[in-house]
Amino acid sequence: MSAGNLTRRKIYDRASRVVFLLATLLGVAALGILLYRILSDGLGWLDWQFISSFASRFPEKAGILSALFGSLWIIGITAPVAFILGIGTALYLEEYAKKGWFTNLIQVNINNLAGVPSIVFGILGLGLFVEGFLFGRTILSGALTMALLVLPIIVVASQEAIRSVPQHLRNASYALGASKWQTIRGVVIPAAFPSILTGFILALSRAIGETAPLIVVGAVTFIAFVPSSPLDQFTVLPIQIYSWTSKPQDEFRAIAAAGIIVLLIVLFTLNATAVYLRNKYQKRY
Amino acid sequence: MSIIEVRDLNLYYGQHQALHNINMEIEANSITAFIGPSGCGKSTFLRTLNRMNDMIQGVRIDGSVKVVGEDIYESRVDVEILRKNIGMVFQQPNPFPKSIYENITFGPRLHGITDRNKLDEIVESSLKAAALWGEVKDVLKKPAYGLSGGQQQRLCIARALAVNPQILLMDEPTSALDPISTAKIEELLDELKTTYTIVIVTHNMQQAARISDKTAFFLNGELVEFDSTPVIFQNPCDKRTEDYITGRFG
Ligand SMILES: Nc1ncnc2c1ncn2[C@@H]1O[C@H](COP(=O)(O)OP(=O)(O)O)[C@@H](O)[C@H]1O
Ligand SMILES: [Mg+2]
Repeated sequence: MSAGNLTRRKIYDRASRVVFLLATLLGVAALGILLYRILSDGLGWLDWQFISSFASRFPEKAGILSALFGSLWIIGITAPVAFILGIGTALYLEEYAKKGWFTNLIQVNINNLAGVPSIVFGILGLGLFVEGFLFGRTILSGALTMALLVLPIIVVASQEAIRSVPQHLRNASYALGASKWQTIRGVVIPAAFPSILTGFILALSRAIGETAPLIVVGAVTFIAFVPSSPLDQFTVLPIQIYSWTSKPQDEFRAIAAAGIIVLLIVLFTLNATAVYLRNKYQKRY
Repeated sequence: MSIIEVRDLNLYYGQHQALHNINMEIEANSITAFIGPSGCGKSTFLRTLNRMNDMIQGVRIDGSVKVVGEDIYESRVDVEILRKNIGMVFQQPNPFPKSIYENITFGPRLHGITDRNKLDEIVESSLKAAALWGEVKDVLKKPAYGLSGGQQQRLCIARALAVNPQILLMDEPTSALDPISTAKIEELLDELKTTYTIVIVTHNMQQAARISDKTAFFLNGELVEFDSTPVIFQNPCDKRTEDYITGRFG
């Protein structure tokens, strides 16, 4: 090998290192600038008045209370519904369903659904829950639509988690005289749980940030009460934030930033809970 | 009296016949070793004795396997009770990702024991029977994965004993272990045979010669010869057995 060739390889080596570093820094920098702008714009407006007030035409009176509660209501219903349906489906497909064309068909559909644009789920929700079941333009319709939206993600993540539980653990359980359900409950679910939880929380984080499907099923932007039942009208954080950014007064831009901070806090809390729970269950044995 | 009686047993994986017309009687409170080259059907045969083959798709069986006089392939047999009665220890130690304590109590809980004192008692007696109590009695709540390979395998033996089986099936239980751990388990088996009937697959002929009362030699899915261990190793009837134990193939 010639000396020139060697130097060239070394140059490529260095250059690629620099390129990848730059790529990483670019992402970090963009995130940093974004956070800085949001915090510097919004922190001044983020006070108790903002948290505890309803939406208003007047910047100094505007608050996020109804949107915050709207988001919490949606998540509060979406989470258990999607969790139970998602794990149930994953367990059925992995542990019970016979491999065959029908199972394959379901599997392909679920994988595809995970990539369907969210607005399509909104239209489904409008047809199914708002008009079909006559739930109307309510929290319930919105939450069930969101549950459908995140269901494929949860199913796929749970399936992978269940599949990665080694066969020899199942055999150990069967050899002790466990039934199939005892094996699933006592061995498979506990071993898969940390990964299932991770997929679940990621899916929920997505649900919190979604707007399109909720607009289709009828979330409104101006709500001056705290929803008290699943059959109430509602708005959610991202929709409220969007409506503020499109207002003419400049103050609303800053108020939107304050809203974004609240949204981020909700997201971080959710993710932190996930990490905590995962570590706790991983440490348990 | 023989506790296991196998008559004219054939087993097929789909089209492939893995066991050919096996006949065997296994005595209670003895150690029976299965030897033979890899792929000859030792594990397959062992799994027919507690119906672990049920789990594999496409397996078909004919002939009969009687345990304590009852044909275990009859439809009225409760497989869960059968497996409780016939414990199994696998080649790779496979403790659950739980604490040592929970590993032992997993089986008893399956079968309805929830009383705390009773479970404590079972944990102690099973670990003692598996010669592990002294090493782990202060760390029962610690993860089983923290134990060494040899300790994990003895934990798996203790876990199997915790449901109070009559028979213990072991599929190359020491092949993943170092010589010291292996010696400990061999010593243990000699004690266990006073209470349990042990059937052990081993790839190690010296091990079979050291620990077993009777030895079965398998080849290509057939039971070539089954006799008391000294006869098999010193005076086999079949030419193929002699060739195998003298190391001419395998
Ligand atoms: N799950 C299975 N599916 C299909 N064939 C199998 C399976 N397990 C084992 N076999 C086949 O059955 C024969 C006996 O295998 P095995 O019982 O594992 O032998 P041994 O334990 O003596 O090494 C081999 O030919 C093997 O390929
Ligand atoms: Mg084998």
